Amino acid sequence: MAAVQISLPLPVLPEGWSGEKDFKPIGHLSHATDRNIEPVGPHFLAHARRKRHKRTFSEDDRIQAQANVKKVEDDDSDDISEPEDPVLLQREAKDWKAQDHYAVLGITRYRYRATEDQIKRAHRKKVLKHHPDKKAAAGGTEDDQFFKCIQKATEVLLDPVKRRQYDSVDEAAEVEPPSKKATQKGNFYKLWGKVFEAEGRFSKNTPVPKLGNEKSTKQDVEHFYNFWYTFDSWRTFEYLDEDVPDDNENRDQKRHVERKNANARRKKKTEDTARLRKLVDDALALDERIKLFRQQENAQKNKRKNEKEAELKRAAEEAAKAKEDEAKLKAEQEAAEKAQKADSKKAKEAAKNAAKKNKRVVRAAVKDANYFHGAGDASAAEIDSSLNDVDLIITKIDNEELAALTAKLNGKKDGAAIKQVFQEEAARLVGEGKLKAGETKSLG
Amino acid sequence: MSAEADPTQRVAIGISFGNSYSSIAFTSAEGKAEVIANEDGDRQIPSILSYVGGEELHAGQAKGQLVRNTKNTVAYFRDFLGQDFKSIDPTPCHQSAHPIQHESTIGFKIQDSAEETENTVTVSEITTRHLKRLRISASDYLGKNVNAAVITVPTNFADAQKDALNKAAKEAGLEVLQFISEPVAAVLAYDARPEAKLADKVVVVADLGGIRSDIAVIASRGGIYTVLATHHDYEVSGSVLDQALMDHFAKEFIKKHKSAGDPRENDRSLAKLKLECEAVKKALSIGTSANFSVESLANGVDFQATINRSRYEILASKNFAAFARLVTHAVEKANLDPLDVSEIILGGGNSHTPKVASAVRNLFPESTIVLAPSTSSTAINPSELSVRGAAIQASLIQEFELEDIEQSTHPAVTVTPHTAKAVGILLISGDEGTAVFHTIVDAETPLPVRRTAIIATPREGGNVLLKLAEGLRHIKITKPEPRVREPSSDDEDDESEEEEEEVREKTWKVDAVLSEAALKGVKKGAKIEVQINIGHDLTVNAIFREVGGKGGVRGILQGPKVTQNGSA
Ligand SMILES: Nc1ncnc2c1ncn2[C@@H]1O[C@H](COP(=O)(O)OP(=O)(O)O)[C@@H](O)[C@H]1O
Repeated sequence: MAAVQISLPLPVLPEGWSGEKDFKPIGHLSHATDRNIEPVGPHFLAHARRKRHKRTFSEDDRIQAQANVKKVEDDDSDDISEPEDPVLLQREAKDWKAQDHYAVLGITRYRYRATEDQIKRAHRKKVLKHHPDKKAAAGGTEDDQFFKCIQKATEVLLDPVKRRQYDSVDEAAEVEPPSKKATQKGNFYKLWGKVFEAEGRFSKNTPVPKLGNEKSTKQDVEHFYNFWYTFDSWRTFEYLDEDVPDDNENRDQKRHVERKNANARRKKKTEDTARLRKLVDDALALDERIKLFRQQENAQKNKRKNEKEAELKRAAEEAAKAKEDEAKLKAEQEAAEKAQKADSKKAKEAAKNAAKKNKRVVRAAVKDANYFHGAGDASAAEIDSSLNDVDLIITKIDNEELAALTAKLNGKKDGAAIKQVFQEEAARLVGEGKLKAGETKSLG
Repeated sequence: MSAEADPTQRVAIGISFGNSYSSIAFTSAEGKAEVIANEDGDRQIPSILSYVGGEELHAGQAKGQLVRNTKNTVAYFRDFLGQDFKSIDPTPCHQSAHPIQHESTIGFKIQDSAEETENTVTVSEITTRHLKRLRISASDYLGKNVNAAVITVPTNFADAQKDALNKAAKEAGLEVLQFISEPVAAVLAYDARPEAKLADKVVVVADLGGIRSDIAVIASRGGIYTVLATHHDYEVSGSVLDQALMDHFAKEFIKKHKSAGDPRENDRSLAKLKLECEAVKKALSIGTSANFSVESLANGVDFQATINRSRYEILASKNFAAFARLVTHAVEKANLDPLDVSEIILGGGNSHTPKVASAVRNLFPESTIVLAPSTSSTAINPSELSVRGAAIQASLIQEFELEDIEQSTHPAVTVTPHTAKAVGILLISGDEGTAVFHTIVDAETPLPVRRTAIIATPREGGNVLLKLAEGLRHIKITKPEPRVREPSSDDEDDESEEEEEEVREKTWKVDAVLSEAALKGVKKGAKIEVQINIGHDLTVNAIFREVGGKGGVRGILQGPKVTQNGSA
């Protein structure tokens, strides 16, 4: 053998790769299959030479060598043998239309599911048994009626068009919908599943979705019913046609039959569509999953509704509370303001009273200081002048200054000290520009 | 030791013994197989015998007797040999002598002597007489007494059938050196051509014969053949193709000559119709039209008509399609995909029909070579594949003692472990996910085996990783992008509306890593040679070396643990 030439490059060795003597065994080959090689050709001869080494093999070697060898020829499989019904064997070939073609070939367990290969093998099996030559050999009559039935069955079943026509009306493949009662015993999926599987044979579209079971998802169930409500069926009813007369003499009759057949086919097709529709309706009505999904949906809806209501309530409550809080705050503020107002009035009054009192003290101090006259009785003019001056000072100072002045004068009985206080006050006021210098003559 | 059994006295030929036709061939001194014509000049020799007044007619002459001497003409008997009456299908013999049960075997009641009495002649005896005629034809042609043969049989020919054929041949003066199966003979016929290259490939041999179809899927590994799957069908055959033409011409005839009746309802008319239709079918393999002409087809009315090839292709289209389906079915049975098939060899007489080849062609990818006269100018005549293979095999073994041949074809020699999965190497990357797997030893390769690969290195050379693995073939399917319909071109190009097909590609996935090896300091532009030896115990011996360099790395992998009680 020439070497395999490979133009794609080998990978670069990864950094840090290591192996003993640069080789690392990792796995091992899968188990081999024993097969027969063909003892043919020059290369086999070389193989045989190597393998024999002039040895001689025995019958035992043969048996042992072949023990596990993989078979390539099909065995005569038994998947297509069914006991033959004696009544069936009596059939007349001319009644072929009414025969159960699958029963004739012994493949009733497959019916529309039978593969081309199965039909062919079944046919061969029947031919080997029922060929008229065999009957003659067995001393029977040369009755070839059943053989002809076999040929007819095979002709129909191996022709895709004819087979569909037959499968369309193969009553034995039909599965009647179960009664309501039967499905209530928890057999809904099993019983209806079979019905839909059988109906699915007419589908132009594949794959046909399965009914499923209680665990199926909502999506699958919806897909299932959508599929069946829009079912595209190849079912036809030609097979039930009345025979059209073959002779040309009777053209009118021929046309009449043809028209009749066409109408009958159409009617049957319409009926079949309605039948299927009702069948799907019935299944849907009984399907617990639909109810369950509806309940779930309602529950979901209710939940959502309740949630919404609760939310609304909560919001309303929140709003009310906010309003309340606001009102309260406002009231508090108002109260506080009021209180403050009341306080300031009192203070003013108090200040007024204090000022009055202080003025009295101040005036009294003037008297105590003998009107700044020193010893001896002061003249009326001197008294007037001093009182005027002090009043002038009082008019020039605010309540606080008055209080401070009062405090300074408080307890002072000495006329000179008192006079000094007044003099200082007058000087302060002159300093602030509130009095003119010398304006208080009595204070000198 | 009898003279025949002495290898030095042997003159061996190849024989293909079919239900409808047989052929004989020998291998010349130059090693070329040549098909021998009989005295009528036929290389496709009808497997038919007929007796007229004690005289034995053979082949083409006997075939002519199917019309007038139906009861004394024996045809389609090969498959009856070595069978019991219960397990045969007498259908092909409707228009010749019928098979009957005779003791534990099968016979034909015919007047085979000058006397007026009917004798029951067993199918073994008929076979002997047929083979004798073939032997004589070959001997006459070669000028030597032919006394040995390699004979081809279908893959499902049971031991009892081979035993019966062996005895019948012996009676005819032929020592059967070996029975080889028809599809394998066909592969050998192609592989024995000087221009053939040895390669590992999957070959499908599809034989559309006279009364059956046989398909075989064969792994060809270094010139050793393993049949992976077979399929046999008795519904798709040359006779149903003939029937399509018979129905057509019968209807034409009835249209024209109503009063003469349906030629299919009279035995003699039917026989004439059938013979002519087979001739028309053969003519349509070469010409695009053919003439049908039968004197006195029914009730003394002659009939002439022409038919063109395309008409025939429509009439029999169902059968062509059914045959093509058988081919894909067999590929499925071998757990393979059409993309795994390298070649399809079309055999059997009906493979001359262009439509047979194109029907098969359509079900396989471009990469599959279809070998038939209409698809390949170098195709071998499909009627001669088996006999050529048989003649080549005869030349290979004719010098061996019979005992020697028997021992060499013993199951102890032929039963061989085959690899379950492909063994190959990772390219571009050492990571199983991103690497490209390239097969070095294919799956279904008989062991022991040695395969060598020469592999490129990274651009700069340096250190390379050699990672061996088992790979699994994977079919990658790419669905076409749904085409956006342009509203303007709605009406015009209806033809371009054809659905675009999905693209199928054969790719590989790493299944299990076997080993890693390193070659260091590889020169820039160097190539690496990888040699894989797998023993019958599944031990892998691998050698990695730089082409033209020194040294290299060697590694051994033990086989898997033996799970059965036996030894590895
Ligand atoms: N040139 C041809 N073109 C078309 N069909 C042919 C040709 N030659 C032979 N045949 C058909 O091939 C069939 C015989 O093929 P063959 O391989 O010899 O079959 P068998 O294995 O039955 O002997 C018959 O149906 C015959 O009509």
